[in-house]
Amino acid sequence: MSQRPLVRVEGLSKNFGALKAVDGVSFEIKEGEVFGFLGPNGAGKTTTISMLTTLLKPSGGQAEIAGLDIHRHPNEVRRVVGVVPQEYTADEDLTGLQNIVLCADLYGIPRSNSKPHAMELLKLVELQDAANRKVSTYSGGMRRRLELASGLINYPKLLFLDEPTLGLDVQTRTAVWSYIKMLKEEYKMTLFLTTHYLEEADSLCDRIAIVDHGRIVKIGSPDELKASIGGDVLVVGVAEAEPDISEDIKKIPLVREVKKNGHEYRIKSEAGEESSIKVIDLIRSKGLHVTKISLTKPTLDEAYLEFTGRSIREEESNKMDAFKQRVTMMRARR
Amino acid sequence: MAEDVPARSTVTTQEQAIEEEQKEREMERSFRAAPTLNKSPLHGLWALTNRDLVKWYKNPIQLIISLVQPVVWLGLFGLAFNIGKIFTSLPGVTPAEASVLNLGTFGTSSYFSYLAAGMLAFIILFTAAFSGMSVVWDRRFGFMNKALSTPVGRGAIVVAKISQSTVRSLIQAAIVLVIAVVLGSVGGVQMDTSYFSVLTIGGSFVLLFLMSFGLSSLFVMLALRSSDWQTQMAIINLLNLPLLFASNAMLPVAMMPSWLQSVVKYNPVSYAVDGVRQMLLGSGSASAAAAGYHVLAPLWVDFSVLAGFAAVLSALGIVLSWRLLSN
Ligand SMILES: Nc1ncnc2c1ncn2[C@@H]1O[C@H](COP(=O)(O)OP(=O)(O)OP(=O)(O)O)[C@@H](O)[C@H]1O
Ligand SMILES: [Mg+2]
Repeated sequence: MSQRPLVRVEGLSKNFGALKAVDGVSFEIKEGEVFGFLGPNGAGKTTTISMLTTLLKPSGGQAEIAGLDIHRHPNEVRRVVGVVPQEYTADEDLTGLQNIVLCADLYGIPRSNSKPHAMELLKLVELQDAANRKVSTYSGGMRRRLELASGLINYPKLLFLDEPTLGLDVQTRTAVWSYIKMLKEEYKMTLFLTTHYLEEADSLCDRIAIVDHGRIVKIGSPDELKASIGGDVLVVGVAEAEPDISEDIKKIPLVREVKKNGHEYRIKSEAGEESSIKVIDLIRSKGLHVTKISLTKPTLDEAYLEFTGRSIREEESNKMDAFKQRVTMMRARR
Repeated sequence: MAEDVPARSTVTTQEQAIEEEQKEREMERSFRAAPTLNKSPLHGLWALTNRDLVKWYKNPIQLIISLVQPVVWLGLFGLAFNIGKIFTSLPGVTPAEASVLNLGTFGTSSYFSYLAAGMLAFIILFTAAFSGMSVVWDRRFGFMNKALSTPVGRGAIVVAKISQSTVRSLIQAAIVLVIAVVLGSVGGVQMDTSYFSVLTIGGSFVLLFLMSFGLSSLFVMLALRSSDWQTQMAIINLLNLPLLFASNAMLPVAMMPSWLQSVVKYNPVSYAVDGVRQMLLGSGSASAAAAGYHVLAPLWVDFSVLAGFAAVLSALGIVLSWRLLSN
C-alpha cells in the first residue's frame, strides 16, 4: 500500500473580484480519514469544496484527488467523489427514488445496478418508506438525508459534506452524525466535511482545519488543537480592582499567563486545580477578597477563539437573533 | 449411525445459519460491487430530457395554458374577425371571385387556414422561448450544480434542454393543428384539408422541428449563465414579439410596409411558416400562383434556411456550453 494521501491540496485559491474567498490553502487527507473544515460564515468552506468538486475553477494552486489532477482530469475526479451540497438540490417534482436514480444516470451507472443500490442507500438513511413520495412532501431533515444518499450513489472514494447538519433539529442531527460515523467505521470511507458547529467537528473529525477569511489558521486533531492553546483557564474575580497583582500570580508554579481585565484575572495554567488554590491563598494574603472563581478545561471553542480572535458561539447567536427577528417581522406583517 | 446423521446435520445448519448471518451483515456493510460505467459523451442525455418531459406531462395545467393563446388567436382573428370575409362581403363580388381573391391573398381558401399554419409556428416559438426558463430554474434550485458535479457531458445538459423543448413544442403544435381543424368545422370556416397527407404533414413537422431546435438552442444559450428569471423574461419579451410580428405568421407579407417586408425575409420563422403553408395548404400550387399569391421562397430554400439555422445555433450552443457552464 502506498502512503500517498488521497487528497493533496497546495496553495489553492479563489478570488471573486477583489475578494480572496479562498487564499492559498494547503492540506492533505489520508485514506479513511474524516477531515473537517471549521470556520464561520463566509470563511471560504463552500468555495473550497466547489473547487475540489470541479464546479469552480481555482484562481491558483494545485489539487489532486486519488492521484487525479482537478485541472487536467475533471471528469475522472467527478467519478471518484460524491457531494452532499449545503443547499438542497433534489428535484421537488420527482420522488426520492427517482432523484437518486436520475443522479445515477448522470454518472452512467446502468439502471440494473442503480435501482437496487438506490434502495439500499435510502434504507441506510431510513427513507425507504418515503422512497416513492415526491420530494416536495419531504421535511427538511428528510431532504438532507436524501442528499446524503444521493451523494453516495456513485460509490465515491471521497465524500464531501457541506454543513451536513445545518438547520436540523437535535434528533435529526444525531441521526446524521450516526450515518457519518457508520460511513467511516463500517464502510471505511474518506470524508471531507465543513461545519461551524464545534461539537460536530470535535466528535466526527480525525483532523480539523480551522479556516478564517479564506486561510487555514490551524490544522490538527481535536486534541492537538485543544492542547495547543496551553492548558486550563482560570478566571478569578476580585472585589478590589486595585492593586494589580498579576506579577505575583505569574510567579505561582505552573501558571503560564495572566491577563487582568477590570476586576477579573484570566489565568492560564498547566494544572488548573492546583493553581486555583494557590491563587486564592495569594489574593487573601494581600488582604483582597475573591468574589468568584471558575475553571475551564480547554475546549475546541477556546481553541477557535484563540486562532480566529472571535468566538464562533457569539456569531452563531447573533445569526440566530437576526433570523428570529426576521421571522418575527414576517409574522408581524401578516 | 443412523441417529448421528440428523444430529450432525443440525449442527451444520446451525453453523450455516451463523455463517449466513455473518455474510448478511457483511453485505450490509459494503455496498454492491461498483458497476462498469457508461462513459459515452452523450450518456445521461435521455435521463435529463426525460426528467423535464415527465415533469411536463405530470402537470397538464402548463400544457393547457400554453394552448390558450393560439386557440384564442384562431377563434378571435380566424373566425370572428375573419379578414377573408372582406372579399365575400364586397358588393358585386361573386363567391367564385371571392375565392380567387382569398387564394391570391392567402394562398389558400380562407384566412382561418392561413392563420392556423401561422399558429403552429406561434406555439413552437413560445415553447422554445421558455426553454431558457427551465435552465434558469435548474440553476436557481441547485439542480444544475448537482448535474455539473457529475461526469455527465456539459453538451448533454444543453442538448437535453433543447430536446425536451423541441419534443414539447412539436406535441403542442400537433394539438393546435387538430384544434384548428375542429374549430374550423364548428365555426363554419372550414380549415382547408385538401392537401393533407402523410407526406405534407410529415414534411411540415420536419420544418417545425428544425425551427424549434434552432430557437430552443438560441434561448437555452442565452440562459446558460443566468440564474435570474426576470432577466430571462426580459429576453423572451425582447425577442418573441419581433420574431412573431416581423414574420408572415399572422398577416400576408404583401400587406406589410416595405421596410417590414425586408425584415420578414431575414426571420427564420417566416421560412418555417412559408414551407408549412406550401405543404399543408398548397399555397405553392400553380393555381395559387395564378391567383396572385407569392410564396416567400421555393420549398427547398425554406428547408435549407431552417436546416442551416438549426445546425448553426445548436452547434454554437453545444460549443458555448463548455465555457458557459463552468465558472
Ligand atoms: N459566486 C460568488 N461571487 C462572489 N462572491 C462569492 C461567490 N461565492 C462566494 N463568494 C464569497 O466568498 C466568500 C466565501 O464564501 P463561501 O460560500 O465559501 O463561505 P462558507 O465558508 O461556505 O460560508 P457559510 O458557512 O456561510 O456557508 C464569501 O464572502 C462569499 O460572499
Ligand atoms: Mg458554505
